[in-house]
Amino acid sequence: MPLWTLFGLLEGRQTTSWPLAEGNDGQSGVIGMPRYHPDLCREGCEACAEVCPTGAITLRPGPGEGGRLDVDYGRCVVCQLCTEACPTGAMTPSSDWAFGVSNRADLVWRVHPEPVKAAQGTARRPFRRSLHIRHVDSGSCNGCESELQALNNPFYNLHRLGIFFTASPRFADLLLVTGPVTYAMREPLRATYEAMPEPRWVMAIGTCAVSGGVAENGYACGHGSEGVIPVDVYLPGCPPNPAAIIEALLMFLKRSPQRVRGGQVVD
Amino acid sequence: MQMVYAWRPEPGQIELRYVAHEQPLEPFSVWSCRPSKPVPSLARIWPLLSWYEREVTDLFGFPFQDQPQPEPLVLLAGAEPAVPPFDPTYPAGVELSVKASKIALPEIAGAEAAVQLLPFGPVRADVLESAEFLFLYIGEAILHLSTRLFFKHRGMEKRFEGTSPEQAVILAERVSGVGTIAHALAYCQAVEAASNCVVPPRARFLRVLLAELERLYNHLHYFGHLCHTTTLKVGEAEGKLLEERAKQLNGRLTGSRLLRGVLALGGLRRDLSPQGWLSAELERLREAFAGYAARLEETDSYLDRLITTGPLKREVAFEQGATGPIERGSGIDRDLRRDHPYAAYADLPFKVALRDAGDAHARAQVRMDEVQSSIALVQQVIDRLPDGPIREPCEIVPRSEGLGWSESPRGTLFYAVHFDADANLARVKIKSPSFSNWRAFPFTVHQTNMMDYAINEASFGLTVAGCAR
Repeated sequence: MPLWTLFGLLEGRQTTSWPLAEGNDGQSGVIGMPRYHPDLCREGCEACAEVCPTGAITLRPGPGEGGRLDVDYGRCVVCQLCTEACPTGAMTPSSDWAFGVSNRADLVWRVHPEPVKAAQGTARRPFRRSLHIRHVDSGSCNGCESELQALNNPFYNLHRLGIFFTASPRFADLLLVTGPVTYAMREPLRATYEAMPEPRWVMAIGTCAVSGGVAENGYACGHGSEGVIPVDVYLPGCPPNPAAIIEALLMFLKRSPQRVRGGQVVD
Repeated sequence: MQMVYAWRPEPGQIELRYVAHEQPLEPFSVWSCRPSKPVPSLARIWPLLSWYEREVTDLFGFPFQDQPQPEPLVLLAGAEPAVPPFDPTYPAGVELSVKASKIALPEIAGAEAAVQLLPFGPVRADVLESAEFLFLYIGEAILHLSTRLFFKHRGMEKRFEGTSPEQAVILAERVSGVGTIAHALAYCQAVEAASNCVVPPRARFLRVLLAELERLYNHLHYFGHLCHTTTLKVGEAEGKLLEERAKQLNGRLTGSRLLRGVLALGGLRRDLSPQGWLSAELERLREAFAGYAARLEETDSYLDRLITTGPLKREVAFEQGATGPIERGSGIDRDLRRDHPYAAYADLPFKVALRDAGDAHARAQVRMDEVQSSIALVQQVIDRLPDGPIREPCEIVPRSEGLGWSESPRGTLFYAVHFDADANLARVKIKSPSFSNWRAFPFTVHQTNMMDYAINEASFGLTVAGCAR
């Protein structure tokens, strides 16, 4: 019979010091949302809009400030087809994965987004060091669940941040929704939300939950959680990695700033 | 027999396709018929066909005579659309709606009063996929388990129709998140078969590398979760930590922890550079896993909970269509990588893991062996990786069709693709391993007890997304 506890101790500390201190966020080499450079975009070219599988990139009907394209990161599944199709480097791969925002409009690219302000506000102060989360899978591909489950592995160890998953919606402050909300999961999702005590909040995790993702517009799926229950934080990604989820949770708790405004990281 | 599916070669004409695996190293047999009236159900001869037939009935409105379980499977009870979703006249962009749903449960003669019903789900405890489990039980003893696994049905097969073949790779990657490579690979190979596209050797070797890295992180996750259900806390932490290390290697190699955005029709979207660093990292992972596996196999509390739990007899596994580590744990020696080699598997020797006991322990041991053989396969690829191009253009032939397959971490996966006269995707059928294994799973639950249930479910290591699609 092996001495598991001893082996565990011999492994030493495996948890990263990030994000509380400088340290490894575990996402070395991981590609995030493509970056849009409107000044490099060429007249008459539609290459990126044509290959985008979810309609995240569309051509603007008329001229306007900020280039020829409407880029909605709330619809982006991070497939990188646009970065490969773009002949001029107007769409480039990046490591911008910390895309959690509290205003859906901040996922749409615009010129001159206002600068980031330090995290402020006191509304969620009672929850800052003790947040209980209930997760509902409303029809995801299991990619988001895979990364949510990773939050409790020893590397990220979510508990150390005072954030806990709870089995019952009755104990939950925050509802994490994944998936595009299938016709069959709409009522169970609503029932779970209704079962939560107030005050209660909702975070849409993954592009499916934000806008419907690749499954949108079929006979079985809607357009994500918006319109089904009220959403407070949007985190697109396919799937968002565990560090992106941690960033979004801390942003929700006002323990760290929102990094994205107007569809771009404004650090 | 593997599956039956339906498609429409002409408007108003349904064709049924039966796909069978007869001899290793020989092509799959495909039988087709274009019925003008209902055909007899074959579910009493090949029980595994039952769910496929019910799916055809739900989605195409095509009935089978004497189906032993004629109630809806894929569509929620109470959905009952006026036009089936795969009918050309089904209105575009209209979501199904559900009226009051009533579930048919088996009647139990005799001591009705003592039998209780426990519905569990679709929202379950912890971070888990949505599905409902209905237990009929007395005290600790489970008499019968009914599963409702299609709350997450997204209609993914229909989403492929009309999508450009290149963009459809992105869809295939997102049918089952933890089977990204297996799904995209089977889809790509189906299209490549339809268009006679020959993938360059370097891409074929790298496809094996990606498929085995996927198996690796999935199986490591499996042990973390299995230890969770057997309440071996340090074992759970260690398994999940190994999984995290594997995912971080994926991210470093491909830019995606789930290995997304690499596969393309005709090869790969971009070249990968595993040489010079991945080998040493995997060797560290292999050593850590070897110690971990050895400790697990010496831990009585873990073994006591697995040995004799959830037994799946060889005959039942075969009849009900169990696949992958589940059938190999019940003594059925099949593995598509060896029996119908694709990518570069024909050039890369490996041993197929096999156990006879059919219990939870056997299923875990098969996966234990597969972790080792996956790492060995990746090391072989790194040693022998040929230089050269990574992609061959793939010209789609109008009215062509192709069958593609892969041995996913959970078992056999098929994609059947059909192109129409304009070389657009007209039908894509996905036969996923979890669809097969969920069918077999309840046979290991009937007549067992509640305490074993979670352990047994973990020992199957299934996904709901792959099953529901």
